[in-house]
Amino acid sequence: MHNNEVRDSSVPTQSSHAGATGTQAANDLSRDFAFTSKLDHIVAWGRKNSLWPMPYGTACCGIEFMSVMGPKYDLARFGAEVARFSPRQADLLVVAGTITEKMAPVITRIYQQMLEPKYVIAMGACASSGGFYRAYHVLQGVDKVIPVDVYIPGCPPTPEAVMDGIMVLQRMIATNQPRPWKTNWKSPYEQA
Amino acid sequence: MNKLENLKHKLSEKFKIQNFKFSHAFGDDVLEVPKEDAPQVLMHLKNIGEFDFLMDVCGADYPTREKRFDVVYHLFSSKDNTRLRIKAQVGDGESIGTAIPAYRGADWFEREAYDMYGIIFEGHPNLRRILTHHQFVGHPLRKDYDSDHRQACTASLPIHFNNEPGSPGDVLNDNYIPLNIGPAHTAMHGTLRVMAEMDGETIVRCNNEIGYLHRCFEKMAETHPYNQVIPYTDRLNYCSAPMNNIGYCKAVERLLGVEIPAKAQAMRVILAELSRIIDHTISIGTGAMDLGALTSFFFMFGLREQVYGLFEKLCGARLTVSMTRVGGMAQDAPDGWYDEVLALCKEIRRGTDEMASMVVDNKIFIQRTRGVCPVSAQDAIQWGYTGPMLRGCGVNLDLRKSNPYYGYDSLDFDVPVGTSGDIYDRYLVRFEEMRQSVRIIEQVCKNVPGGDYTIRDKGIVLPEKKDVYGNIEGLMNHFMLIIKGLRPPAGEVYDATEAANGELGFYLVSDGSANPYRLKVRPPCFAIYQSYPTVVKGAMLADAIATIASMNLIAGELDR
Repeated sequence: MHNNEVRDSSVPTQSSHAGATGTQAANDLSRDFAFTSKLDHIVAWGRKNSLWPMPYGTACCGIEFMSVMGPKYDLARFGAEVARFSPRQADLLVVAGTITEKMAPVITRIYQQMLEPKYVIAMGACASSGGFYRAYHVLQGVDKVIPVDVYIPGCPPTPEAVMDGIMVLQRMIATNQPRPWKTNWKSPYEQA
Repeated sequence: MNKLENLKHKLSEKFKIQNFKFSHAFGDDVLEVPKEDAPQVLMHLKNIGEFDFLMDVCGADYPTREKRFDVVYHLFSSKDNTRLRIKAQVGDGESIGTAIPAYRGADWFEREAYDMYGIIFEGHPNLRRILTHHQFVGHPLRKDYDSDHRQACTASLPIHFNNEPGSPGDVLNDNYIPLNIGPAHTAMHGTLRVMAEMDGETIVRCNNEIGYLHRCFEKMAETHPYNQVIPYTDRLNYCSAPMNNIGYCKAVERLLGVEIPAKAQAMRVILAELSRIIDHTISIGTGAMDLGALTSFFFMFGLREQVYGLFEKLCGARLTVSMTRVGGMAQDAPDGWYDEVLALCKEIRRGTDEMASMVVDNKIFIQRTRGVCPVSAQDAIQWGYTGPMLRGCGVNLDLRKSNPYYGYDSLDFDVPVGTSGDIYDRYLVRFEEMRQSVRIIEQVCKNVPGGDYTIRDKGIVLPEKKDVYGNIEGLMNHFMLIIKGLRPPAGEVYDATEAANGELGFYLVSDGSANPYRLKVRPPCFAIYQSYPTVVKGAMLADAIATIASMNLIAGELDR
């Protein structure tokens, strides 16, 4: 349903020889079984289609994220069904829910424990900006402590919106989009 | 008033009641006592068997008064299903005796009152912060604390335990292995933290820390108009959001003294019972998942999605529906909605039976849960358990039967009760409650009353959009109500409903303005979770995980 988005430059293109004669093919046998691509592209292609999410579900959005993983919406279709609850085994941190001041050091540590390459999705209003909790104990967006790649609006977002967010991230990975917010990130808890 | 006279008589035998003030307002019995007498009064009321449950302890702040704080106790008697509110005034920096000797369950509620207001409870063994982080300065629910004043937290607390006689909480025993679980751990459901000292696989000492999802619900309620609080209530127990809407609106309506139309009552009952079902699907599904049975989770979520579909049809939202308004419902149900609910009831009944055969009839599940970490009925009452956890212990208490509302008394349903109070019974009770909820929904859906879905009081309910855009009266009415706000009379009320986890109480204080002056939520799993270190002491680590899952802790209402 999103053909335009999926078919992008990073998908390895097979050098096809549909019209070639038999002798030509025999002369250049290797080209029938191989395709050419840049290494970066094929790595990115693999990465974007096998995201291993770590659902950091703290609140209501966590329940909606269960829906996304669940039987009806089934994130497995995007190659991202392997939910890992250890940061060391995951490359996509889905912050699903409100992050409080008390939680902020914890999620920063979780983020630091993830191996490169790593991506962060802020799911829902609270994770993006604190949402309607303009309050004394709520962090006003998880991007105050860790770098966020994709923000998904909604309170909570519908599963369709979450999938859209995942696809946006996949496009970012496919095109190797520069992420200055991540490269310039420093932990707010480490003294300079 | 009869009950109050009776109480007066019983208290006069032991106390000088000329200092006591008995009153009856908005249907609640209130007793005001001097703070010196409060612990003894509580102890006496418990000992003479008058009130067996301490449902809630909370503070309230009146900065203009000489003694600025109120400590408010809410008692409940399962004997005659009556309630009593006891209030004591405490000045800034003063202390009041703890209620723990009388009611064990006062523990966390008093810690919360300390955290939020700085009220000191003398004799409390662990008067530490509970919801805010340990570096927090000040007490956020005081009226002079700005709701937007944030304080950063730079580190988590190291492993610590509760102080007990002979063993101070922050001294670890070298003979045991300290173990930290959570808050980022699968079995901790996102926001719970459990710390334990292990002797091999056995838990010697255990402690739990909460507050990782403290979203300041009560402060937000104080800074928003009555109807704008409804979306915040959705996010208390987000697994069964409509039930929180209903509980809150019911409290406000009682303060306003309005009775909602029969059709709104029926719609609320349907929503509440559907929510109870989907709450139990999550509880059972994730509970079984924590024991290693992943299928049940996917299966239960299939059922849940179907209920989401109905919610979506009703109001457009899936999870956080905000469907009630003070005075009734936000809108009528679409045509044919009740028939769809009835059709889904068959699905749910079939799904529940199928699921029950896979979970509670499963040999592995039985071996993992039967006889594990049982809680006796007396202990459960002492801790302030309510809902399926209490009924699993064999206490037949369900507010839908004992203090019926919205016509529950005219409906035919049973209250399942367990026998041993172990984990297995809790799940049995939840499965049976799902079946009973289906029965209730079917009865209501087959006889939905006609009439309006909301009252039409111009000072309470906004006019319909066609009137707002169609005529000047509607426009003016809308304008006035938005600007002036819905204003209940000054007074206070405690109202409770039977939510999926147990008694969900709202203690609402109004000063006659457009925002609630104080809104305290009595979350059912708060009282349950405080017993956790005691319940799992001496158990195996894996059993502790099974216990935490069976308690169905929803961080939104636990931490608020």
